[in-house]
Amino acid sequence: MSTTIRMPQLGETVTEGTVARWLKQPGESVEKYEAFVEVSTDKVNAEVPSPVAGTMRELIVSEGETVPTGAPIAIIDEIGAPVEPSRAPAAVLPAAVLQAAASNGHNGVTANGTRVSPAVRRLAREHAVDVAVVSGTGTNGRVTAADIVAAATGTLRTPAPVAAPAPAPAPRAVPADGLIPLTPARRLIARRMVESKQTAPHAWTMVEVDVSNLWAWRLVEKDAFEREHGVKLTLLPFFMFAVAESLRAFPLMNASFHENGIAVHKNVNLGIATATDGDLVVPVVRNAEERSIRGIALAAGALIDKARRGKLVVDDLTGGTFTVNNNGAAGSILSAPILVPGQAGIATMEAVVKRPVVRNDAIAIRSIMNVCLSLDHRVVDGSIASGFLADLKKRLEAMGPSGAL
Amino acid sequence: MSSTIQPAETAAASTLITNVEAVRLALHDAMVADERVLILGEDVGVRGNVFLITTGFLEEFGAKRVIDMPLAEASIVGIAVGMAMQGLRPIAEIQFADFIYPAFNQIVGEAAKTRYRSNGDYSCPLVIRTPYGGGVHGALSHSISIEALFYHVPGLKIVAPSTPRDIKGLLTAAIEDPDPVLFLEHKKTYRSVRGDVPEGHFTIPIGKADVKKTGTQATVVSYGYNLHQALDAAAQLETEGISVEVIDLRSIRPMDKTAILTSVRKTRKLLIIHEDNKFGGIGAEISAMVSEEALFDLDAPIRRLCGPDVPAMGYAQPLEEAFMISTERMRAAMQELVQF
Amino acid sequence: MAKTVTARAALDRGGLTDDQLIAMLWNMLLQRQLDNRGFQLNRQGKIPFALGSEGHEALQAGAAMAFARGVDILVPYYRDLGLVLGVGITPLDLLTNMFAREADLSGGRQFPNHYTARDRGVVSISSIIAAHCTHAAGIAYALTYTGESGRAVLCTTGEGSTSQGEWHEAINFSAIHKLPIVFLVENNGWAISTPQSAQMAIRDVADKASGYGLPGMICDGTDPVATYRTMKVAMERARSGGGPTLVEAKCYRFLSHSTDDDDRVYRDRETLAEQRADDPLPKYERVLLEAGIIDDAGLTAMKADVLKQTNTATDEAEALPYPSVDDMTTHVYAGAAYEPWLE
Repeated sequence: MSTTIRMPQLGETVTEGTVARWLKQPGESVEKYEAFVEVSTDKVNAEVPSPVAGTMRELIVSEGETVPTGAPIAIIDEIGAPVEPSRAPAAVLPAAVLQAAASNGHNGVTANGTRVSPAVRRLAREHAVDVAVVSGTGTNGRVTAADIVAAATGTLRTPAPVAAPAPAPAPRAVPADGLIPLTPARRLIARRMVESKQTAPHAWTMVEVDVSNLWAWRLVEKDAFEREHGVKLTLLPFFMFAVAESLRAFPLMNASFHENGIAVHKNVNLGIATATDGDLVVPVVRNAEERSIRGIALAAGALIDKARRGKLVVDDLTGGTFTVNNNGAAGSILSAPILVPGQAGIATMEAVVKRPVVRNDAIAIRSIMNVCLSLDHRVVDGSIASGFLADLKKRLEAMGPSGAL
Repeated sequence: MSSTIQPAETAAASTLITNVEAVRLALHDAMVADERVLILGEDVGVRGNVFLITTGFLEEFGAKRVIDMPLAEASIVGIAVGMAMQGLRPIAEIQFADFIYPAFNQIVGEAAKTRYRSNGDYSCPLVIRTPYGGGVHGALSHSISIEALFYHVPGLKIVAPSTPRDIKGLLTAAIEDPDPVLFLEHKKTYRSVRGDVPEGHFTIPIGKADVKKTGTQATVVSYGYNLHQALDAAAQLETEGISVEVIDLRSIRPMDKTAILTSVRKTRKLLIIHEDNKFGGIGAEISAMVSEEALFDLDAPIRRLCGPDVPAMGYAQPLEEAFMISTERMRAAMQELVQF
Repeated sequence: MAKTVTARAALDRGGLTDDQLIAMLWNMLLQRQLDNRGFQLNRQGKIPFALGSEGHEALQAGAAMAFARGVDILVPYYRDLGLVLGVGITPLDLLTNMFAREADLSGGRQFPNHYTARDRGVVSISSIIAAHCTHAAGIAYALTYTGESGRAVLCTTGEGSTSQGEWHEAINFSAIHKLPIVFLVENNGWAISTPQSAQMAIRDVADKASGYGLPGMICDGTDPVATYRTMKVAMERARSGGGPTLVEAKCYRFLSHSTDDDDRVYRDRETLAEQRADDPLPKYERVLLEAGIIDDAGLTAMKADVLKQTNTATDEAEALPYPSVDDMTTHVYAGAAYEPWLE
């Protein structure tokens, strides 16, 4: 008996989906619940699990093609469940995970994407071995308990793994000459950038912020934070915290332009512009105004990590009311970001640079960070924008080691 | 297939006998040692049992102690329950395990509960012995495994030894046990398994498993005919440098937790092999226990290699072979697990 | 006076003395009283369940009189309240069982009317109908195992039990081996709501016996002396190596099957009223009164004593403690270990 698989609805208001990549070809066997296709909507690569066990018969939709929700996309020939005892499961995650840089075994995933067993996890902890650096001799390259023990008793001794979020991946290789085909993600980015620029009149402004005290505070907190949470403490959560507060003071910055009115949003859902493998995603920390710096740091860390591992789901990417971009990480001191469609503002943190400044009529060396703001001039005028930035600057400069995370 | 098992320690004097001869020897010795012991079942008297286990017993012990019962399994066990309650030591035989269903209430509802429901006033020192298992062209009604139907029941004990020495020791222990014991004999091993049995009276404690082969890379738990196949498979793998430990369960209720956990903590991998259907078979209980007690010692999911979940093995050769687990499948499963 | 002498002379006493005749009356009165007490306690909400045996008093008193205490063995069924009283179970035992106290013979584990008393020859049973019949046959076999005689097993059932396969297996085996056993069927015409006509195609259960090669006897279960007479023959036959007997004693069941049953749904009141008019208890009272074995004052005193003993036993049993939960795992096997996994 054959089963027709249809385009699922991924996300509440989604009406279509694009087949990003087939994971199964005709003739290949498919297990029930096994991912057989990657579908993209709003830059999410969502794996779709098969509802039946059988053999892939036909791929109706080609890669890159977009079809409405409910449209047929594949046919699978079902087979009866095998009576044989189950095979030893080799838990292999789909290719999207394999593309990401190595994340350590603390999250249960090793370099080649296979899961770690309870014994491996325990032994790795007991022997302080980083699973990620152990090459596995088990099925499909699995790291076995024996491998851990061998690594522990060998000369290799790695420090206790800290569960930092995955570092930024290396960009995709660009050919020296020739055409790079458009991925669905790239196509979507292109479309939305054009939509944003053509719809919202962008204006731009900036302030310089003295983050010397804030920086000092961060230095005081970061080691303990990392030890306790396994997540690195950057300036980003401090910045987001201040932004959330300023947005409450300047609610028009947290609004959307509509033909029948300006929609002011009660909650501050902060999007974080994140680069992943040649792609750009904006995961959203919801209700940032209710969170502490610690809470924002953990939420943001988790989202960025998910983004880098290609594990974001639609709900992670929707509902943003304002966006921040840590542009300075790469050294930039000024940037003019493009608004996320539907938002009135996007603020960047530029590089923190030690500069000579005048303080109390004397020269002082201070850590200075530029904060840039692009705004939708339909919603917000210069005075509001400047007022917002001034408020943000005041809050950031007031942060120091006496504060509470 | 034939295998010869050497017991770990050999007594001063021992004889090399088959499994079925070990059953006979245990019964005979018990009948001689204790006047309260008697045997009842279909065709156990004049015919000497359909496997010739009690040949000569009628002449030696008399009709009072070797009873040819009417063809009624419920009363073979029910009458034995009454005898046991009144202080005798009856050994009831069910001719083939497939015929045991009419006696189900007497075993589960009566024998198993006698001591408990009378708060210790009455007891039921009864042995029910029966041949089980397939691979003998037995089809629907001469091949069944029944342990999963009964091991669930508190108050009952169940043993399924696979070697002559274990049979002798455990059947003796069962007859001497003050509680009802279901004694399962895999009929395919009756004449194909031979081993040394110490002379004289000895018992093996009910509830103790036995490591029949030591190893380091995986633990295999099995019993019955499968046990011998598992040993064969493990021996083959040994020549390839793969070291598998094989535990003979011997006792199904109670079951030996220490033996299983000690082995799994060493090898970190567990394969359970039983001929009985997989769903709800005893492998499920072993898996649950090991997951509960040794999760963080496991380097691979627990595997069960079992009979398919169909009512019985068919009479046609290919159907029977497909149901029974081949030694080759066991070898492959062990190897795969070791390499996981 | 003359009438009494005549009545006494005409009385069929089955060879029993005055004291024994009175003992049977006492048993019947006690059975009726304790039986009622069970229902009363249930309707008061003090005990969850009770089974009535009203209508069986004469049958059970007569059978008990034929039972040799300390010698014979009783494998009863769940309606034998009077019979177990007659072989040595006490009113306190009965009430303790109803209240499910720790001191109950089964430690509070068993349902009402499921007794166990090895010291008095009363065998532990389950609620599975007729499952005890094969046990009884096995016990009878064990009694003769070493060649002894002089002991018998009394196995009682209702007429519904005689439909169960194992009842047939038990009498069959007993007949083959000429076992010392009496199968007493207390035929009250009802198995919960099933009348005898739906239970079997024949009128007399005793007719089932000849097919298996053992004698079948019928007696009037509303007359304790008649029952005694028949049971004495059957038990003597068993004790002396004459083999098994099937005795059918016909009686009434005046109440519903139990406190959970309402017989108004399936039984008509007129027939019940007619049967009530033949109540074995007042009938036997009249017989003894007319024969001068007892007088009114004596009867009144007996009844008062029965009530007093019942009340005392009730109060005493009610005050006893429940079984401890700590004891839940005892007696699963011999010894303390009960866990299925051996450490």
